[in-house]
Parts: sequence; C-alpha cells; structure tokens
Amino acid sequence: MGKTLAEKVWQQHVVRSAEGEPDLLFIDLHLLHEVTSPQAFDGLRLAGRRVRRTDLTLATEDHNVPTTPGPISDPVSRTQVETLRKNCEEFGVRLFPMGDAQQGIVHIIGPQLGLTQPGATIVCGDSHTSTHGAFGALAFGIGTSEVEHVLATQALPLKPFRTMAINVDGALPEGVSAKDIILAVIAEIGTGGGQGYVLEYRGEAIEGLSMEARMTICNMSIEAGARAGMIAPDETTFAYLEGRECAPAGEEWDAAVEEWKKLRTDDDAQFDAEVTIDAASLSPYVTWGTNPGQGLPLSANVPDPESFGDDSAKAAASSALEYMGLTPGQPLKEISVDTVFLGSCTNGRIEDLRAAAEVIKGRKVADSVTMLVVPGSARVRLDAEAEGLDKVFTEAGAEWRLAGCSMCLGMNPDQLQPGERSASTSNRNFEGRQGKGGRTHLVSPQVAAATAVAGTLAEPGDL
Amino acid sequence: MERFINHTGVGAPLRRSNVDTDQIIPAVYLKRVTRTGFEDGLFSAWRKDESFVLNQDAFRDASVLVAGPDFGTGSSREHAVWALMDYGFRVVISSRFADIFRGNSGKAGLLTAQVEQGDVELLWKYLENEPGAQISVDLESRTITAGELVVPFEVDDYIRWRLMEGLDDISLTLRHEGDIERFEAQRPAWKPTTSVR
Repeated sequence: MGKTLAEKVWQQHVVRSAEGEPDLLFIDLHLLHEVTSPQAFDGLRLAGRRVRRTDLTLATEDHNVPTTPGPISDPVSRTQVETLRKNCEEFGVRLFPMGDAQQGIVHIIGPQLGLTQPGATIVCGDSHTSTHGAFGALAFGIGTSEVEHVLATQALPLKPFRTMAINVDGALPEGVSAKDIILAVIAEIGTGGGQGYVLEYRGEAIEGLSMEARMTICNMSIEAGARAGMIAPDETTFAYLEGRECAPAGEEWDAAVEEWKKLRTDDDAQFDAEVTIDAASLSPYVTWGTNPGQGLPLSANVPDPESFGDDSAKAAASSALEYMGLTPGQPLKEISVDTVFLGSCTNGRIEDLRAAAEVIKGRKVADSVTMLVVPGSARVRLDAEAEGLDKVFTEAGAEWRLAGCSMCLGMNPDQLQPGERSASTSNRNFEGRQGKGGRTHLVSPQVAAATAVAGTLAEPGDL
Repeated sequence: MERFINHTGVGAPLRRSNVDTDQIIPAVYLKRVTRTGFEDGLFSAWRKDESFVLNQDAFRDASVLVAGPDFGTGSSREHAVWALMDYGFRVVISSRFADIFRGNSGKAGLLTAQVEQGDVELLWKYLENEPGAQISVDLESRTITAGELVVPFEVDDYIRWRLMEGLDDISLTLRHEGDIERFEAQRPAWKPTTSVR
C-alpha cells in the first residue's frame, strides 16, 4: 500500500524505532521566540547541557514587541526579550532582534528566508507552527519541555500521527479567500475534529492557491485540533523558494527539487479519515462565537443556541452569545465593530496587505472604527512601503505599525478594551484573547478592510 | 519528575466544553521567565466571578478537575499545565483533550485522564451533590473512584510508564545519542541551515 505525504516525511526522519515506544524523530529546524523558551534554556543550564545543533536553530522576538517606535515600556515584557537575547548569546543561537531587517513573527520569517522547505520536520514552541506545512513540511507546535528536549537532542520522541485528507474540490468562487476556506473547514469538523491528525489539504481549490494563501490555511489547522496541516509541494512551492537566502542553490537546488517532487501522497495510499468540501459552496466567512469552529457565512444570521444538537453544544453557543453580546437571529452584517486588526501569522503577509489595500484604496475607515495594520515581519513592512501600501492605509485613516504578533494575543500594548468588538484577521476568537473582555470576529483581510470602511461586518461587494 | 502512582483529592466540576489555554491562563501571565508561581493566572477571568467553582469553599482546595470535552485547546503554552499544577491540581479528567496540552501535561507530571462523556456527567453530578467530596485516581489500574462510582480512564501507555517511573524524557533520548549521530551523518547537504552560508 502507498503512503501519504505525512507518512513519507515522518519515515524519512525516524532516528530510532522500537516496539512499544514512540519513534524518535529528527528535527530539521527549531524556531524559538521569547515566550516559550526561557524555562527551556534554564533547564539546559541546570543540567549542564548545550544546544546540540545551533545551525538548525533560529530565534526571533515577536510576541511582546511594541508596534510603535521605541523601547518596550512594560518591564516584564522587556525582561522576557532581554532573557532571550542573553540565552541566544550564551548558547550561540542566531537571533533576529527588534529593529533587525529580518525580525518578525516566527512563522513569517521562516518561509521568507527560504528556511521552511518541503519534507522538513519543523518545530517551535508555538501552536501556529502548522503554518510551515504549506510547503509540505511536517511542522507542529510543542510545549516548553519539548523545546528543551529539542535544544538538547535535536530529536523528539513521538507517536505517529493519524492522517486526514481535506479535499476542497472544484474552483474557488470569486471573492472567496484562503481564510474563508479554513474557517469553513473548522466550522465543518469542529475544534476537536482534527485531534491526533495531520490534515492534508488537497484538491483543485488548494492547488490553485499561492504559497501565502496556503500558509493561511495550514496556519489554522491547530484551530481544528490537528497536530499539523500539510500541502504537497509543487511548482508553486519551488518557484516561491528559489533564490531565497536559505534555500539551496546550484546543484544542491536541483538535488533538493528532485527529492521534493517525490513528496506526494501515493494514489493507493489510505487516509485514516477524509472530509470533502465543495469549493463552489464557499463564501466569505466570519466567526460569531468564542471558538474558531463557531463560524458562518457572512450573509447568515446569529444562530439560535436551541438549533444545536447536543446539550454541550447548546450550552457552549449560549455562553458564547452572552460573552459576545449578540442576539439570535440578528444578521451578522448588522454587527458593528470598534476595531479592525489586519495582521498576525495567519494574515500578515504581503498578499494579505495587498488584498486589504485593494478594498480600502480611495475609501475611508469609518469614524467609529480604529484600524491597525501590522505587517508580519520587518521585511513585509519594507516591501509594502516600497509598493506604497502604507500610504493607502494611512490615507484611509488606518494606523501603519511595526512588525509583531500584536493584537492577535495582546501581549504587547495592542489590546481591546472590555466590551470592545473587533474584526480580526488573526486565528483565535477565544474569550479575552485580544484583551480582557474583548470580543473577536475572525475574518479574511478583504472582509476586514470592507468592515473598517462600513463600520459593520461587511464584504467588499457591500461597499 | 515526581513519580505518579495514584492520587486522592477534592474533585471540582468544571461544566464547560472547549476550555482553551487562553482561559486556563491568559497571555499576560506568560511574560514571566520562571517555571513556578503561575497559580494566580489560573482561570483568572473566571475567578473574578464569585460563583465560579474554584471560588466556592468546598472546591477551593481541589486537586482533581473534571471538565467538559476539548480541554486545553489553542496555544501550545505549557504555562497552562504549570498554572494548574501550581494551583494544586494533579489530575484533569475530560472526555477529550487537545493534543499539545496532553503532551505537555505528560512532560510536566499532570495526569490527563480521558473518560467517556457519560462518565464526566456522572462525576459532575456526584461532585455537585457532594461538594468537597474526594476522588481517587489510580494510574496503576487506570480507574477513577468517586463514592460508589468506579470508572475506567484511558491514558497513553508510554506517558503512563513515564509518569509511574518519574522519568526525565531528555535523559531517555540521550541514551540513543549514537542513533542521532548516525542519522545526522547521512542527512543530505542541501537540508536547511540557519548558519550564515
């Protein structure tokens, strides 16, 4: 029997396999940031261990960094960033600090450097590591104990993941983005539907996506509970990687591409589970509740908790609506927002900024709305400025900020106030995620831009 | 890591599904660089509500949490496990755990006992009828005992073995350093490196 893409990558990295024990898997690339690494470095120091492969390890500062110029004002945040700097210096790890042209959200900089490559195993102490699966890498988030483990051994003991195919058949309708696909997938399978699985996104609609759009999809695999998301590498992948700083070059490039072309699920391979979605049925999506599975087409109404099947789902919907301050039956497009956040590792890349700029160009952000545009990396910011996108946003009345995680999780000063409502291109609408008492609606960059102009949840066609 | 064979303590019923890691400990508490002292962040938004289960006298000293499905979804923050343990929890019982949370728990020494949702409902009822009642969790026999109620739970065999032996994962892997070296020696040259080329 043939193998799936995930199984092929897994097999190529097994260091040791023994009956009754997890496989020991080699890790090709370990990405670090300031939040989940300090206790791991402490553990190394206590045990007198070193970083085994500094040449496969890279750190950046992203979660705590302010997106306005100047130093970090919060002393606790500052200590965390300074701790990362000290640790990287002591252990010899390459770091992109604030102010560096390569600094940015950890999942944006890996791909833009060409470090994220097909067939690689990639880990980071961050659940959105699944982003890198867009290249056909097996990439997943780990906890701090595992961060320490990989620093010390460059390997991880793991039980094989199960595999699930997500087929998105047919062509994607005009005006529907990668974000809408993934929100629809999560609404379909639920926040626990992917647990234990690697999701492989397949089908015509996926093959037609750019690398950046594929990253948006794989990024949110974790919101369906999955360990990882993957898309088989193809010519789109190779074209994106060729010539990037850390991509192979010359003869090594040819050798790499030859291997990468084998990274496809065999025709006779069996997935443990399979879900099929008709691309033609998709439209712009938005979440109405407090987990990413509570989403609906933007044209729908706020659901009635009584319409849900079991008691647990009814109770969850009812408490979500109470937290969100919404009434069943209310059209989603009548919900007004205070803040629009464009950015994050989900939608903070150049194509996301372009898509939003196209909607907002020549228009104005509504008086009642504050719009924050936060590029995912310093390089995305520079590229956007070279294209004049910063001007498009500032002329519309939006704020053009420095790179970082920002309001996706509000570890820096960018936070919602209690009761404030946002349309956000980020990945989580959990209670209080964007600030204590804040209410989040997850949307695509296009919907975010249209909402900023309208002041209520809207798609570009509504303007 | 301390060995975990069995534990008996006050059970707390948390009637919620999808308890995500932002609810277990909000991001603002993740700025610390220490490994302990996260108890103040545990369920910090909910603990402001007087009626929240851990604010009731009977459950204040709980060490076994009984929660709804999809516990620990969201972020990879191991701080969620540390916050639960720093507060005093040794066991979380649920019908479904998020993968990363379950893995982190196994590393840090918190037992995630997976039971049928029907059994979660029975445990909730028992704890609500007998506030402050104790629950016994036996990892050896994989059973939970609450009064007359005895329910089996599932836990990964390898995690169970490690918890019962109190073994440190890194030393276990380092026993196979020779295998890692052999693997490294045959990796293709074109594989990514973070060194400046």
